[in-house]
Amino acid sequence: MEKINIIIDNKPLQVEKGQTVLKAARAAGIDIPTLCYYELDGVKLENRPGGCRMCVVEIEGRKNLAPACATEVAEGMVIHTCSLRVVNARRTVLELILSDHPADCLICPKSGKCELQDLAQRLGVREIPYQGEQSTYRKDMSPAIIRDVDKCVMCRRCETVCNVWQTVGALSAVNRGFQAVVAPAFEQDLAKSPCTMCGQCVMACPVGALSEVDLTRQVITAISDPKKTVVVQTAPAVRVALGEEFGMEPGSIVTGQMASALRRIGFDYIFDTDFAADLTIMEEGTELLTRIDKFTKGDKNVKLPILTSCCPGWVNFFETNYPDMLDVPSTAKSPQQMFGAVAKNYLANKLGIKREDMVVVSIMPCVAKKFESQREEFKENGNPDVDYSLTTRELAELIRQFNIDFKTLPVEDFDNPLGESTGAAVIFGATGGVIEAATRTAYELFTGKKLEKVDFTELRGLEGVREATVDFNGTPIKIGIAHGLSNARKLLDEVKKGNSGFHAIEVMACPGGCIGGAGQPFHHGNFDIIRKRQEAIYREDAGKPIRKSHENPYIQTLYKEWLGAPCGEISHHLLHTHYFDKSKHIEIEG
Amino acid sequence: MAKVKLSESKINKIKEICASFGNKPGEAINVLHKVQGEFGYLPAEVQEVIAQELNVSVAQIYGIVTFYSFFTMTPKGEFPISVCMGTACYVRGAEKVLDEFKRELKIGVGQTTPDGKFSLNCLRCVGACGLAPVVLIGEKVYGRLTPDGVKDILNEYRS
Repeated sequence: MEKINIIIDNKPLQVEKGQTVLKAARAAGIDIPTLCYYELDGVKLENRPGGCRMCVVEIEGRKNLAPACATEVAEGMVIHTCSLRVVNARRTVLELILSDHPADCLICPKSGKCELQDLAQRLGVREIPYQGEQSTYRKDMSPAIIRDVDKCVMCRRCETVCNVWQTVGALSAVNRGFQAVVAPAFEQDLAKSPCTMCGQCVMACPVGALSEVDLTRQVITAISDPKKTVVVQTAPAVRVALGEEFGMEPGSIVTGQMASALRRIGFDYIFDTDFAADLTIMEEGTELLTRIDKFTKGDKNVKLPILTSCCPGWVNFFETNYPDMLDVPSTAKSPQQMFGAVAKNYLANKLGIKREDMVVVSIMPCVAKKFESQREEFKENGNPDVDYSLTTRELAELIRQFNIDFKTLPVEDFDNPLGESTGAAVIFGATGGVIEAATRTAYELFTGKKLEKVDFTELRGLEGVREATVDFNGTPIKIGIAHGLSNARKLLDEVKKGNSGFHAIEVMACPGGCIGGAGQPFHHGNFDIIRKRQEAIYREDAGKPIRKSHENPYIQTLYKEWLGAPCGEISHHLLHTHYFDKSKHIEIEG
Repeated sequence: MAKVKLSESKINKIKEICASFGNKPGEAINVLHKVQGEFGYLPAEVQEVIAQELNVSVAQIYGIVTFYSFFTMTPKGEFPISVCMGTACYVRGAEKVLDEFKRELKIGVGQTTPDGKFSLNCLRCVGACGLAPVVLIGEKVYGRLTPDGVKDILNEYRS
């Protein structure tokens, strides 16, 4: 890589040619403030419209101030990131942005985590000298995401993740001038758009214009009701991220502290979605082997590859974009919903309580899980299998409300029988994890041999699309993995052409899988946080005494006592689902 | 994606226009321009078809339609009224004339009367500054107009 010489803030530097002033400065430890800029370097996603002007710098010999995010370094360039001219301009820019921003920071869902608020503090803004018109746009409430575009700063970070990373195309900048907002087509509600509720727009939003539906109050009400038995389940990716909310290092594993925090909040049973992840592997793995078996016996109607169906954003995506392929994905419900079905049927029966008296709460790294839990097919007489789905951030909010000192909590265990899980379930939280977990079990069931090495490192990583062939004792099994719906689209289009040769494909909507989910603590574009969560997931797996789903003793008991066999009669009714053509759900009004 | 209510022949016409620009997303503005020339306006259903043909999201097409003032989602009236708001017309009272049209027709700028007869728009300078203020109705030019004259002119078309 060719190096060139530049000077930033009187510091002579040798930097790579072709990069921006912003990147060169940040690499040298000089933090130029930004607002519209958003980068996820681990998945090569960048938003830099150069529109907000927060990152302006002075370049000697150039008349105007230049946006650092959109200006390339050049040989001999002399840059000042904090000259008086720059500081004044930056402040004016910020004051102008703030002049049309609601000042309800006290009760804003983004308060304390808002990049605009941070900038106002960092730049010492104490009054807004410009008084003018304030935008008044309706609030758009969907089952998972709230749009409050009066707070929008037109950074267009949401638009980039929605269109480039997810290729969902729900959001676009519309109108012009003062009326400009980011909105779905024809400014309809998000729920009527092709939105998958993945929530990556919420993760990307620097302010409170996009946020998740907050259900903490409903959960507290349920816990306060003596007639209700409140059961909680926690997804794999939550335990490697929750600590960040309490100032712990990214990648800290807080499984035990989380269990004890939930007990102190007052949940009656502390269970683990990981248990249901093991159950998912039993069902989905069996489904895969059945399809492979039929295929090798010459059944022309069998659908291969099987597609995973754990990710609710992904399910919404294929229902909207691939309605002709609804019989291809696995019919297995997601772990969240399997847990709900087991809790409200098996557990409620075991405890001798009525379904209506049990409240199931899930803690998810996800925003789309809120939508999933409210799907009609996951309800019985209007009573949902999972009543409330909270994000990792909402759990942190609860822990703070209950005055719990998270860092000093003792390490406690989950309750049984739905709290025991294997390493295979833990890795559901990272891209490639579901398929690795399935491979561990499917290998043993297919070959009848014991798997000596359970780590399939060829399935791990952060490449958007990955392919690997696993040797099932002489039978090659071709596996595809995609994270990000843009990458899923690439694989799906291959499958549609009919010559992909895959046996199984795993898809996760969010960058890195659930660890980068939209319900996780905000990473503000720092991808190292996602990398550290990923390492933690595999560390947690390696430390588990049992690492194959079918060896989970409580899973074995569940089949013995209740389910019978995987993909059997009860499973079919309670653990499997079907999909709907949602391609025509966008109706034009008027 | 949407429940398209367009006739088969109209859909084919749109597809034909998209194809004439190679179905390239980068040609969206040109496509919209030509389609509006064909239909007079760009209703939601039409945008849906264009989005599908160019393989971009409807939201993005809608973004373009709402960004450029040339594009419109409301059909023009049978008699489109354009009030010149150029400098010469403006200083000679074009705004008052415009207000009178709004009052008489009970519509705002960019809107069409419910009976589909009149639509109201502004433009910048038609090169007839000597006649300021100037109003166009269809192709016909009206010069030196005062608010008092608005009603009489409209009556020419109302019968």
